[in-house]
Amino acid sequence: MAEVLITLVKIIVIVFVFVLGVAGSMTLLGDRKQSARIQNRVGPNQAKFFGFSLLGFPHFIADGIKLVLKENIVPAQANKFLHTIAPALVFIPALIGWSVIPFMDHYCTGTVMTLPEHGYTEVCVDGEWKNYFSIMHMNSGVLFAFAIAAISVYGAAIAGWASNSKFSLLGGLRSSAQMISYEVAMGLSLAGALLIYGTLNINEMVRMQGNLLGDWLPMWGIVIQPLAFFLFLLAGLAETKRAPFDLPEGESEIVAGYLTEYTSMKFAMMQLAEYAATVFIAALVAVVFLGGWQMPWVYADGIRIFGNHWTPFGEEVWYYISIVLRIGAITFKILFLVWLQFMMRWTLPRFRYDQVMTLGWKILLPLSIANLFITAVIVTILA
Amino acid sequence: MAENIYDPIDQDVHSEPMMLQMGPSHPATHGTVRFTLTLEGEKVIKCETEVGYLHRGFEKESENSTWTQVFPYTDRLNYVSPLLNNFGYALAVERLLEIEVPERCDWIRTLMGELSRLSDHLTCTGAAALELGAMSAFLYAIEGRELVWDLIEEVTGARLTVSYGRIGGLKDDLTEGFEERWKYAKRRLIEIRAEVDKLLTRNRIFLDRFEGTGVLTPEMGISYGYTGPVLRSTGVDYDVRKDHPYFMYGEVDFDVPVGHRGDNFDRYLIRMEEIVQSIRIIDQCLEKMEPGPINSDDPRVVLPEKEKVYNTIEGMINHFKIIFEGIQVPPGEVYSYTEAGNGELGFYIVSNGTGKPWKIHVRSPSLIMMGGIHKLIEGGLLADIIPTFDTINMIGGECDK
Repeated sequence: MAEVLITLVKIIVIVFVFVLGVAGSMTLLGDRKQSARIQNRVGPNQAKFFGFSLLGFPHFIADGIKLVLKENIVPAQANKFLHTIAPALVFIPALIGWSVIPFMDHYCTGTVMTLPEHGYTEVCVDGEWKNYFSIMHMNSGVLFAFAIAAISVYGAAIAGWASNSKFSLLGGLRSSAQMISYEVAMGLSLAGALLIYGTLNINEMVRMQGNLLGDWLPMWGIVIQPLAFFLFLLAGLAETKRAPFDLPEGESEIVAGYLTEYTSMKFAMMQLAEYAATVFIAALVAVVFLGGWQMPWVYADGIRIFGNHWTPFGEEVWYYISIVLRIGAITFKILFLVWLQFMMRWTLPRFRYDQVMTLGWKILLPLSIANLFITAVIVTILA
Repeated sequence: MAENIYDPIDQDVHSEPMMLQMGPSHPATHGTVRFTLTLEGEKVIKCETEVGYLHRGFEKESENSTWTQVFPYTDRLNYVSPLLNNFGYALAVERLLEIEVPERCDWIRTLMGELSRLSDHLTCTGAAALELGAMSAFLYAIEGRELVWDLIEEVTGARLTVSYGRIGGLKDDLTEGFEERWKYAKRRLIEIRAEVDKLLTRNRIFLDRFEGTGVLTPEMGISYGYTGPVLRSTGVDYDVRKDHPYFMYGEVDFDVPVGHRGDNFDRYLIRMEEIVQSIRIIDQCLEKMEPGPINSDDPRVVLPEKEKVYNTIEGMINHFKIIFEGIQVPPGEVYSYTEAGNGELGFYIVSNGTGKPWKIHVRSPSLIMMGGIHKLIEGGLLADIIPTFDTINMIGGECDK
């Protein structure tokens, strides 16, 4: 019973508080205020709570209320069932993927020891690991995340097809083609990292990234697989269908792509799903390549650098401090990557459909295969 | 011989081209044009253009107004650079009247016309970026246009519908301190142009979208009657300002940028370069301009001073006649052409000797360019329509008249 309750609490905290709350509002706010700064504008400041514009936050609420109150329109001749279910098919996968993202290492009921001689592995002495900081502890977490991310293509394709509009159809086709193409490059660029980590368990992968090269350089994914990091980030950007890869909804060409015939909350769900996908890709990149919850030189039993070891505030207290620091670290990494995506979004123009395909199949795919091959050779030699 | 195993499969797959109505209510065609596209996948195999959604009957309206009352209508032709239309029309009527305007008037017309051209090119370049999704570059360019419009507002009293030209002169002289304000605007404009240049000109995505799309050959450009930056992008060096100088264009030093590929990218580069040239021309105008009258002294054409209108009977009658009967233009016809933002803006005017034009025909560059746009679009991808349509810079008001 307690297990179920803990899981429920975790789901609520991670999905509703973190993803929809912190990340959602940060991205929406950041998106608006940041784009305003980039573009020499003031940004939202007219809606106010008691005379305070609060960085445009009331606009965000007003938008939500407006979208809820809008009329829900299903176009004539559209397939009503599919048209209605498509937003859910986009939105739900964007949230399910979070179940395997660890926000912190498992909680140790005993004391944690870090073993520098064994690649800075942390072991739990006199106790056991309790999974309190990720919804689900899954052996094949990466595969699961990928499978779920891939499912959202159905939503877009179905939305495009069921709307009975040619613009929607084009948008749906573009989005399926794009997502499938980039799925391949994305998976292959990750394969190199998987070869090195030797596990599909995301938390294990993050733990391994706690290793320090020469006792000072954190062995994050970006250090051991630099090319794969960029390939993965690029393919991930394309997966989220945001600029410069926003051709499924390229508003000047095909009106709004598969979103054309959506109004009200259905439209909002699609949009929110996109934001959630942006944050999810950021989280995936963070855990696989940027050390996840690892903070450089901060370990559960103290700070370690160049073979030195301090434990400020005593072991007991430090453990809790390290938990907070590590959750802060992954949150910061995710928000940084989201910020990076928005910077690109507001700077770059949109690709053309065939150029995206060329980039995916002719550039990213061969590069990721080469990366995988080279990694495999090196791993074999070293092993 | 092995049997081709794909044959039966190919037969099973039934496919046909898709018809797509792009516009008039479409984000890229903004209510002014409709493309009926035949698509094969995303490739455009046929494009039928339909214009006229913004038709207001400019030519017919003009026949029912006095010569002076036509000015507000010309504002609404190319509404991004209304001053150029004002002056183009004024020049046409002056040629019919065979009157000369004072030198200062010509200088101001040159200067204000170039300001308008700046606004036109900045809008076009910015919008090109906007429609490709690069919103930031658009807003930078629009800041430049705002600066230009502030100057125009200061001189003419309006930002968009300026009605600043008059037959035989201008509404007003330049304001005091115009030169200082221009200096500020100029500094900012150069910065903005550099910023946009940095964001777009060497941007890989932008290059991919613009280079080699919407290609126009010089032969085709000439045979369809293309003019302006679009024709110059193909390598045809034709600029009315250089080849048939009017106003003070003969007196100032400026270059006419010419491309060689005729694609969207060349058109973009030409507009970016013309921004620089326009700034040069304005600087020279301000330098060479001498104080003096801005209106012709011909009493048939120019309204008398208010002093005379209120105090003398001749002035009163003169004022009354010009306002109510209009300027009496001698019978005859004229075709006068100037270089507007998009190309050669021609006015063909027939007068029957009364105070109202008998016939005004506008050779609007946009309409003529829309006549051949299908050639630029066909064979490309659906997404290529956007940059092509943008660098053609079709302005609904001018095209549909």
